Amino acid sequence: MNNFLAARYQMAISLIFHIVYAAIGMTMPFFMFVAEYKWIKSGKEIYLDLAKAWSKGVAIFFAIGAVSGTVLSFELGLLWPEFMKHAGPIIGMPFSWEGAAFFTEAIALGLFLYGWKRLNKWVHLGSGLLIGIAGVASGFFVIAANGWMNSPEGFDWINGQAYNIDPVDAMFNAAWISQSTHMVFAAFAATGFGVAGLHAMLLLRGEYPEFHRRAYKIALSFGAVAALIMPISGDLSAKNVAKRQPEKLAAMESLFKTQEKAPLLIGGIPNEETQEVKLAVKIPGLLSFMAYGDFKAEVKGLDEFPRDEWPPVLLTHISFQLMVLIGFIMAAIAIAFFLFSLRWKKLLEKPLWLKILVFATPLGFLAIETGWMVTELGRQPWIIYRIMRTEEALTSMPGIIYPLLVISAIYLLLTFLSVFLMQRQIKYIHKQVKKIES
Amino acid sequence: MMVLTLVFIGVSVLLYVLLGGADFGAGIMEIFTGKKGMNVISKAIAPVWEANHIWIIVVIVILFNAFPEVYSTVTLYLHIPLMLVLIGIIFRGTAFAFRYYDPFQDRSHRVYTFMFKLFSLFTPFFLGVTLGAVIMGNMTTDDTLSFYDRFVAPWLNIFPASLGIFLIFLFSYLAAVYLIGEATDDESRKQFSRYSVRLLFALVISGAVVFITAHINGLHLLNMYVHSWISIACAVLATVLLPVFFYGMKKGLKNLMRIIAGAQTAAIIIGWFGIQFPVLVALNNTDSLTVFNSVAPSKTILMMIIALIVGLAFVIPLLLYLFRVFKFSKGEEI
Repeated sequence: MNNFLAARYQMAISLIFHIVYAAIGMTMPFFMFVAEYKWIKSGKEIYLDLAKAWSKGVAIFFAIGAVSGTVLSFELGLLWPEFMKHAGPIIGMPFSWEGAAFFTEAIALGLFLYGWKRLNKWVHLGSGLLIGIAGVASGFFVIAANGWMNSPEGFDWINGQAYNIDPVDAMFNAAWISQSTHMVFAAFAATGFGVAGLHAMLLLRGEYPEFHRRAYKIALSFGAVAALIMPISGDLSAKNVAKRQPEKLAAMESLFKTQEKAPLLIGGIPNEETQEVKLAVKIPGLLSFMAYGDFKAEVKGLDEFPRDEWPPVLLTHISFQLMVLIGFIMAAIAIAFFLFSLRWKKLLEKPLWLKILVFATPLGFLAIETGWMVTELGRQPWIIYRIMRTEEALTSMPGIIYPLLVISAIYLLLTFLSVFLMQRQIKYIHKQVKKIES
Repeated sequence: MMVLTLVFIGVSVLLYVLLGGADFGAGIMEIFTGKKGMNVISKAIAPVWEANHIWIIVVIVILFNAFPEVYSTVTLYLHIPLMLVLIGIIFRGTAFAFRYYDPFQDRSHRVYTFMFKLFSLFTPFFLGVTLGAVIMGNMTTDDTLSFYDRFVAPWLNIFPASLGIFLIFLFSYLAAVYLIGEATDDESRKQFSRYSVRLLFALVISGAVVFITAHINGLHLLNMYVHSWISIACAVLATVLLPVFFYGMKKGLKNLMRIIAGAQTAAIIIGWFGIQFPVLVALNNTDSLTVFNSVAPSKTILMMIIALIVGLAFVIPLLLYLFRVFKFSKGEEI
């Protein structure tokens, strides 16, 4: 494997791994906040148990997210030193804010996890809320840096050097807000569905139903609200991409030729060589409408761009299709959840419904991963859009395959270990309950 | 603004050593103290370790913000030792979290504890090796040279290795001193006191070894040292504080001892800055990167400083509160 590919794989694997833990770490604190609030308000011990059980999950995921995030802050330089040399002073500012937010999150987490007996209950509850707010803020900031890679602003690029750097302009780039919003809601949706799915599975097994029923409802309430916002936020993101990175949109939708009344493709396998798409359902005009709010608008196809500036069409297209499909499935489940909650409460405990939730457990995370595939692959061959090619940023150290193998092995191991640890936590809770019952 | 930037880097490095370093040290101490010490240690670091390790992220962010070429040069040529540091950070952090949150006490706990101890040693060693390579200045930008000359020779030498060992002793010394105050019974208190004295001696000796290996590697550290009045002042300060430290130990003044250990560490770091200044990364075939020739444009620096000041105005009070709750108050068991 050549160095360039190895570096890209290592970056991809590191991000694919980190994003799961980061998403959970920034949204799950809100769930435990609600559980603790309900405990304080109702005095029911079961909510306290729930808050504590969730907080242990948060602690484990946060720790893994924190170390893999530390690794990423180095990997940016280890793999792409040329990129960081130029980008550091331009996008350092959001990283500084992210650092402050992340720091706050870590401190608040320490207070929450270990302060059950030492803090006043309202202060304790407040520390829980602070973990969540700081976590979301750190996610919001760090995505400003990625937004800048898609929409580089705040500098003049002359002969391979950046001049007149304005970090504020760079941070408030055109891609930031739509990307960050989309990701934050995605994190809520994925974690909400993930946690709900886990508790639904345990409910199906019939263990400690009062506990898991309450747990899944809190988690799914968050997940479902977010899942309903996702299509709207996604639509805004698509319009934003259409304006800024037309070739990314073209790759997402496999639009090879510029056309008016551009069709929206559902499914399909594009072939870059023949520039055809097989097995796709075409809805005429809908892509034009989605991108520009007008069924007749002209949408730029890949033919407008030099061949060596095309993103990888097949992967970008498939990732996008998968993400959208999952988004709609989740939105449908969300609607069902609200309907059932309002009118047919009994349905919320039917095995079939619980099975649907179990099926949906990993969906949100899959959508996050495929969504980032779209963002990152769709920007290729650029690391800084139309400024620097990814190859140019590559480290000159050969043999990146070795760190790639090591990092992959470690992350695979940690994935298994975190699943193993979750199982043990759950087993432990059930054991405790049985002890109390007998 | 340059001064402010350097102050921020200096303070973050110092806090990383005092807090994150002591956290590594606590892991090293576990190798010696056995089960009983392990309990004290685990309870002492659990609430604060996440926060303590974030200082290194602050250092990294300031570096790529303010001195981007320093960051990109170090990550390029010291890829291998940095990768080892990262592997250490991953295993150590996760092993600690897993140990704390795995509710079943069985074989798996032995694995977590083993990993935690091993990587508590491993990580600071390679951190020291990386730092040693930066100071030694054997990095070259000449890309016609071999892989070994470019990516291995700059760090694979006795001076970086001895600095790695020095850091291990420094971190464990700090941990031992802090843990005297964390211990709940007289026996462990005495035990940690004994360790802190031994480690102090080990630290002084390994410090001397650093100077010797530097000389062998062609780096005239002593010469540089006596030419910087800041460094001399720091060395004098660290020495003068030694008797005070022993006085504090005799009288059982745990906070005095902590402050002395902190001041000695600050003296070491400032002394090192004194030697280095204005060089940040020495290169052997071309001009070294200094605070002057590698600094980012002033607008970047300004925005970074604003972010740091506002951010720290949030973080520092919270951090003090965290420490007050868990470190300086006798509350219920956590």
